[in-house]
Amino acid sequence: MRTYKQINDRIASGKAVVLTAEEIIDYVERKGEEKALAEVDVVTTATFGPMCSSGCFLNFGQCVPKIRISECTIDGVEAYGGLAAVDVFLGATQLRVNAPANLTFPGEFSFGGAHVIEKLVAGEMVEVIATSYGTQDYPRRELRTEVCIHDLNQAIMVNPRNCYQNYNVAVNCSEKRLYTYLGQLEPNMQNASYSSAGQLSPLLNDPWYETIGIGTAVWLAGARGHVHAEGTQHFPTCQRNHNGVPMEGAGTLGLTADMKQMQRKYVRACSFRGYGVSLALGVGIPIPILNQRILRQVCVRDSEILAPITDYSLDYPMKTGRVLGYVNYEQLKSGQIELDGRKIATSSLSSYSLALEIAELLKAEISEGKFLLSEPLQLLPREQSSKPFPIREKTI
Amino acid sequence: MKSEKILLRFPKTETGKPIVYHLIKDYNLVVNIYVAKITQDKEGYLVVNLTGEEADLARGKAFLRSLQVQVESVENGILRDNSRCTHCGNCVSHCPTNALHIADRKTMRVELDQSLCIACSLCTTNCPFGACTSVF
Repeated sequence: MRTYKQINDRIASGKAVVLTAEEIIDYVERKGEEKALAEVDVVTTATFGPMCSSGCFLNFGQCVPKIRISECTIDGVEAYGGLAAVDVFLGATQLRVNAPANLTFPGEFSFGGAHVIEKLVAGEMVEVIATSYGTQDYPRRELRTEVCIHDLNQAIMVNPRNCYQNYNVAVNCSEKRLYTYLGQLEPNMQNASYSSAGQLSPLLNDPWYETIGIGTAVWLAGARGHVHAEGTQHFPTCQRNHNGVPMEGAGTLGLTADMKQMQRKYVRACSFRGYGVSLALGVGIPIPILNQRILRQVCVRDSEILAPITDYSLDYPMKTGRVLGYVNYEQLKSGQIELDGRKIATSSLSSYSLALEIAELLKAEISEGKFLLSEPLQLLPREQSSKPFPIREKTI
Repeated sequence: MKSEKILLRFPKTETGKPIVYHLIKDYNLVVNIYVAKITQDKEGYLVVNLTGEEADLARGKAFLRSLQVQVESVENGILRDNSRCTHCGNCVSHCPTNALHIADRKTMRVELDQSLCIACSLCTTNCPFGACTSVF
């Protein structure tokens, strides 16, 4: 048994024993659970993949005369200005004003909010155009300028939904190609697409949210950030495997961190043909080995994590709930799965390679005493289900 | 017999000519066309595999060059920007020749075997990060 304080004291003195969620599996196998429990303080988890529900608050500072921004575009992408004078919110999936989108199908979606965010993190200049209705205290009615992240007072990433606990494996049972946020799905189940770091993924290593909660310190794209809320669509009530690991999406996290501290390598805009723009993010979350139960949970392997194969031509859009079957991440990562005797090629949108890199980076930061853990201020709900969006006919 | 995979760039003036016919008929070459494309500027691209006697191959390529057709290595057809690649692996199931592949399932890094690439461009339309681009 360990407390957060004991672990942080060991981290601060540079003595903490830290392993990645991949290394701990072999370690426990080699040394035995008892020895591992006595030795290991922290296990690092990580993921890197497209997380659409991401965005940032920006504060531009004031110009002379002052402006109270009512409409704003950054590199042609609309940023929401319904906040205080020079505060805006830029969403990752927002397209450029007048972007053709899917007018000619499938659209390319070559640029959007995510690309602006990546440029900002990279320190590149972006063009800001803002207008205002003008007031006596904020007389300026318009401006057009170029700024980079260093010019801004604040650039704070605030993501309502990151780090999906688990996710669908998408296939296409129809006769025509589908363009989805899980990439292109070829007809008649020619390929299957998944998106999870499996045994490295944060919430798959803490299936009941015992250490990851509101206030937990996270590594978000190189910056020290925090879990600020349960993620949107956090639905822990779901079908779970014997080890407690969800067999579908389940939990999610709301994350925030200072964008000025981030690295471009882990903040990457992506364009999905026929679908839209998204932002791929790297996240690392340390798990303190407080007790035997937590140690057992971080030893979860790809072969013990199941994901539902879902038809994106019908069952996903029509929300039928039908699952074609379950496969584990060891099978998915092998490049081929079998469904009803048919072999289907698999590929991922989540980068296991970058997730490994991030787990190692976070491990190094903790080992060197640079990253202390924080105890959750509040735990995430363990029971909660999805509500449907009611489509009500207007009666009057 | 020798086999060679090449990328041909046709200038605007040559795109209307039955060049492949001559390669087969006059130079005894077996032609396997992987990609054929005419751009908006009316320039042509052809990725082909030519098989034949060594001397015929050399004469065939000399014939192509005499028409101002540039004979290039297929590797020039697809450009992979390693700084844009996140090694997610999405391209792998779309690549018809396994040129893009995961060699080590432990690290899951995506490798490109240039010798297998036929410059079909499926990776360019499938890569969300824009890591692969086509010259066509």
